[in-house]
Amino acid sequence: MTDSKLKKITVALAGNPNSGKTSVFNMLTGARRHVANYPGTTVETVQGTCTHGDFRIVFVDLPGAYGLTAFSAEELVARNFIIDEKPDVIVNVIDTSNLERNLYLTTQLIELDVPIVLAFNMSDVAEQRGIVFDTDRLSELLETPIVRTVASKTKGRIALLDAIVAVTNASRKPRTHRITYGDEIENTLHQIEPLVRSEQPALAVKYGSHWVALKLIEQDSDIIAKIKDSRLIDVVSNAVTKLKTIFRDDPEVIIAERRYGFISGACQESVKTTVELTHTTSDLADAVLTHRVFGLPIFLIMMYLVFYLTFSIAAYPMAWLEQFFSWLSVSLASIWPAQAGNWLRSLIIDGVIPGVGGVLVFLPNILILFLAIAVLEDSGYMARAAFIMDKLMHKIGLHGKSFIPMLIGFGCSVPAIMATRILENKRNRLTTIMILPLMSCGARLTIYGLLIPAFFPPNWRGPVLWLIYLTGIVLAVIAAKVLRLTVFRGDTTDFVMELPPYRVPTFKSLSAHTWMRCLMYLKKAGTVILVFSIILWAAMNYPRVSDQSVAGLSSDQIRQAQLANSVIGRVGRAIEPVIKPLGFDWKIGTALIGATAAKELFVSQLGIIYAVSSHDDSFTTTLRQHLQADYSSLVGFCIMLFCLISSPCLATVAITRSETSSWFWAAFQFVSLTVLAYIITFAVYQIGSFVIAL
Amino acid sequence: MEEGETVSIVGIDGGRGLRSRLTTMGLLPKTRIKVVRNGKSGPFVISVKNSKMALGKGVADKIVVS
Repeated sequence: MTDSKLKKITVALAGNPNSGKTSVFNMLTGARRHVANYPGTTVETVQGTCTHGDFRIVFVDLPGAYGLTAFSAEELVARNFIIDEKPDVIVNVIDTSNLERNLYLTTQLIELDVPIVLAFNMSDVAEQRGIVFDTDRLSELLETPIVRTVASKTKGRIALLDAIVAVTNASRKPRTHRITYGDEIENTLHQIEPLVRSEQPALAVKYGSHWVALKLIEQDSDIIAKIKDSRLIDVVSNAVTKLKTIFRDDPEVIIAERRYGFISGACQESVKTTVELTHTTSDLADAVLTHRVFGLPIFLIMMYLVFYLTFSIAAYPMAWLEQFFSWLSVSLASIWPAQAGNWLRSLIIDGVIPGVGGVLVFLPNILILFLAIAVLEDSGYMARAAFIMDKLMHKIGLHGKSFIPMLIGFGCSVPAIMATRILENKRNRLTTIMILPLMSCGARLTIYGLLIPAFFPPNWRGPVLWLIYLTGIVLAVIAAKVLRLTVFRGDTTDFVMELPPYRVPTFKSLSAHTWMRCLMYLKKAGTVILVFSIILWAAMNYPRVSDQSVAGLSSDQIRQAQLANSVIGRVGRAIEPVIKPLGFDWKIGTALIGATAAKELFVSQLGIIYAVSSHDDSFTTTLRQHLQADYSSLVGFCIMLFCLISSPCLATVAITRSETSSWFWAAFQFVSLTVLAYIITFAVYQIGSFVIAL
Repeated sequence: MEEGETVSIVGIDGGRGLRSRLTTMGLLPKTRIKVVRNGKSGPFVISVKNSKMALGKGVADKIVVS
């Protein structure tokens, strides 16, 4: 059978965070998709397809939702998708070990009156816990088909697909039962429904008058905004006030209680718990891991281990990669003879290989770091770490979860910014992204490594390095606080987070998870970094110096003259008056501009400026002697300070732009951090010079 | 409240957004919750129905229990 003859069915997957919705999606579509044991990882809807019999089924993975209220952006996304796109079937994935809470979403799907198939996932875990379901009875009571699945073991796939097809084939019978909300609310519904039909016919057709009336009583902001008729609004607000006096509570709470009542009624008849429910192992683990005294040290040890592994194990493959790229450039240079005007050779050997290679060298780091994070997430520990850090983070207007990306930021800002996806609140997420570059990343360590020994005596070196890192952290804390009070003002979001049960991460999920993130990093190296290394190379090599003017000079001196004559060199000179108050001259200016592509380029740029051959073993020693001759220790410190705070590298700009989907925030971050760097370096240099002059 | 204590929710003394969120997650009046960890000045861990939840200090303060 050809594709064109297949009948197309659209299926939306809905379910609570942690219900195993994404693993069901993967089981159905075979897609390698990230499964995180962490609430709220699906931000946008993701699609996948499969063929079953005569049908081509398109699956859309909706964001994890506990309900379909208008309060949560993700729940609204799920709700609007269901209403606007009218999928043929909704597969509601239920974590059976937590049945009642999971069925709450089901009640809201029933209210929307859409075709549903329930996938009772993780049914093996529930059975182990001694929960026995009469799925036939429950299916009768809920008037929806129920299929048992164990997505992690690919059990129940065919049965689920059959059920989906059966639902689309069957002509839909109207429900015999509705959820009832008690006389007072039912009477109010009867009063409002006709008004919705007469005054807002379009809404009544699209959503159903019963549902609209229900949402109005629930004071759903999204639906209220759609009501144009003032009489209807008055009737609703009077009715709500009346209900409030009767119940001495908001009608929405009463409605929620009735839904839970409906669920427990249905469960009473169909679910038997033979064993008293306990989560002994999980409780025991939490007793230690979230302990008031031991929780924090355990967390710190875990983080130390993550970083230790990241940097110690990765050091070996990193060294191999470095050797590989230098071998590549040297051997390419030897087989490709240098000829005057051979720009392509220079572009590849001096631009592309060091540019892209410089980023690829960090791949082992990224891989191990991401693997460690995947283990922490999938095991359920990450949610506990957020819990432990919440108290401290709360003081700067963020909450526990922000700490995780900040920690990753000490390695590299790029994966750190990607990790902010775990923050569901937009203001929290943007604040965290903005301050992340202040966490001094690994690339900046190369700058400190060059400058600190040049300007400070041995016993000062440790404290100076420590001071630089601390300055970054303190600035990040202050900046977060300031941003939360100004640009991203708003309530400190209420920290409510489900702590998923501890699970042993599966190899499949870990590898899928790690691979996906590494792929994103590789893609960036292949695109953004490649483009910028070409631009930077051109800016350093053009306009060319004439051959006559450099006749008789050594090759290092030619490179020096070339850089001085290039766009970057000229810009460096042009900005000299601006950076003079910071104690910087055109040489530092030129190196700083080069460093905007990647921070570690600062060192190689200085090498070219001072015409120090980078192939020389005494490269750093010679360079340090030049720096000592030209600058004071104060200037040396100011350079490091400026590099720490100023303009995040282009990779960071690119990732901020793609993660916030806005050039504005990328520009805001770049400009404000650079301005901040200017102000602070200015103050330090001026005050420092004044004190020294005394 | 002591750790290990089981209490019953009386109401949530908070804004509509928070109330709706907690209600959706099953924290309704008359629901029994177990205090797994009392953060004192920090966040709480509670056990409700079959799941565990972390609640920030601010949220926990708004839940009235008996």
